[in-house]
Amino acid sequence: MAAATTPETVELTDHDRAMLAGDCGEAAAVAMRILITMAGVYGAERLLDIEGAHIDGCLYHGDSGVDFAELLVAGGARVNVPTTLNVGGLDLLHPEEFAGTAERRAKALRLMECYEEMGCRTIWTCAPYQTTPRPAFGQQVAWAESNAIVFANSVLGARTHRYGDFIDICAAITGRAPAVGLHLEKNRRGQVVFDFRGLPRSLTSATWLLPAIGYLVGERCGSRVPVLLGLTDADEDGLKALGAAAASSGAVALFHAVGLTPEAPTLEAALGGGEAEEWIEVTVDDLRAGLDSLSTVAAAQEGAGPECEADVRINVVALGSPHFSPREFAELLPLVERRPPASSVEFVVCTNRQALEWLEARGELEHLRGLGVRVVVDTCVVVAPILRTPAGGILMTNSGKFSHYAPGNVGFDVVFGSLSDCVDSAHAGRLRRDRELWP
Amino acid sequence: MRSLVLVAGNGAGSVLRLEDPLSFWGGVDPPTGRIIDRRHPNCGDSVSGRILVMPYGRGSSSSSSILLEGVRLGAAPAAIVLREVDGILALGAAVARELYEQSPPVVVLPPADWKAVPEGAEASVDVSGRLRIAG
Repeated sequence: MAAATTPETVELTDHDRAMLAGDCGEAAAVAMRILITMAGVYGAERLLDIEGAHIDGCLYHGDSGVDFAELLVAGGARVNVPTTLNVGGLDLLHPEEFAGTAERRAKALRLMECYEEMGCRTIWTCAPYQTTPRPAFGQQVAWAESNAIVFANSVLGARTHRYGDFIDICAAITGRAPAVGLHLEKNRRGQVVFDFRGLPRSLTSATWLLPAIGYLVGERCGSRVPVLLGLTDADEDGLKALGAAAASSGAVALFHAVGLTPEAPTLEAALGGGEAEEWIEVTVDDLRAGLDSLSTVAAAQEGAGPECEADVRINVVALGSPHFSPREFAELLPLVERRPPASSVEFVVCTNRQALEWLEARGELEHLRGLGVRVVVDTCVVVAPILRTPAGGILMTNSGKFSHYAPGNVGFDVVFGSLSDCVDSAHAGRLRRDRELWP
Repeated sequence: MRSLVLVAGNGAGSVLRLEDPLSFWGGVDPPTGRIIDRRHPNCGDSVSGRILVMPYGRGSSSSSSILLEGVRLGAAPAAIVLREVDGILALGAAVARELYEQSPPVVVLPPADWKAVPEGAEASVDVSGRLRIAG
């Protein structure tokens, strides 16, 4: 059992005490009280300075989130470090995309406004690491949003513990965070090795499989730090998809991919000079199981065979969790141009404003819309009522995170496939997959 | 049984054991407390008013919001008994205490004790972190 400290034993600076006493406003005092309680939970001996924050609390889950933000705003809250915002509950640029009640919309909007009033940058994206500026290697930050946390730690080499709603804004207001977990060098070394070297290169270099790889890593390693050995070709979008899946199926907040991520130039470096607690040789069967975990439709799982697949009707194709990047749009555009979605299929891509501007500047936004593709910004289809198709149908995606959360959050069965399989299936209105690519 | 107290409080109810970790976000319906993650073995059970015995939370950091919302709506667990420290659930409870002046206690039991808490038993957790099982 972890040895937690109590709030009374957390070492505070004079400035921490001043904030706690209300000298910097009532909101800073609330924030400091929560931080100190959490420092106790985490077993931290002290707090440390942070240089940036990313806030997840701006997404409407119910009135309690609004109550908390209003409490802070009323207490004069202002963020003390550069702070960005995660997705909100609605697309502010295209409010007509919201399919929920007027009451829910008003509350989701009020929540977003509260965080803006506290001085946060309104980038409204779950992929803040694909906008600029982004944290530097070694920089201490307090990030929320599981996929953003894993990317910041793993791919950027910034240092954040696994924060969530509420503590994120407490850290931003005070500029402080508990000195614990992944903030500290000693906790960043790899613990479990996933060895992919026994797999054919055609599989380890297939970017569409990275969510399945992430999913199986998350399932097997829980909250330990995994080391991925033998993946060679993943780019930033691939690592983002892998990390998002690993953070959905497990509590992964940092992974090391040897040769790809900055703290893992070698296996020895990834393990911090120590020994691996566990060594897992990943097999083709493991990959197949990972793929099966990403689909809830039996006819789309391994062993069902292509003849069963052809009977699976696809109602929705959803892409962009985490938010689609310009590079991903560049890959999508020629595919949907060749095979536009059937009118019976709702085709939605979630992205952020920077990528939207990239599309607009090239005249591609109108082009995509003309082909029947909806582009949604600021939010996402599994956190807000965006889909027009009634729940209960089948949603296809190339995202491990959508695949994990769509059944529970929006009531769809899911089928996972590559980007081109998603486009082909949307075109046919039925599941189409290129079996040649399958393990 | 003596636990490590993450967020102190009092709670009593019948034990619901989850052997698998659960993400509250996408996994629990706040107004009813029902488990809605279809991949979870306990899908369909309700956490509302129960002594929720689970190893740790998993997945999204939005889980603290879902727990807080459960407290607001009166459908939160009576107590959460973990095997490993989970900051995200503890945070939901810590904010509930700040905002609504009530929250389910969140405590951590050593693995052997955690394993021994029987499903369905009537149990209570007090502010000092003591877990009592009736009968």
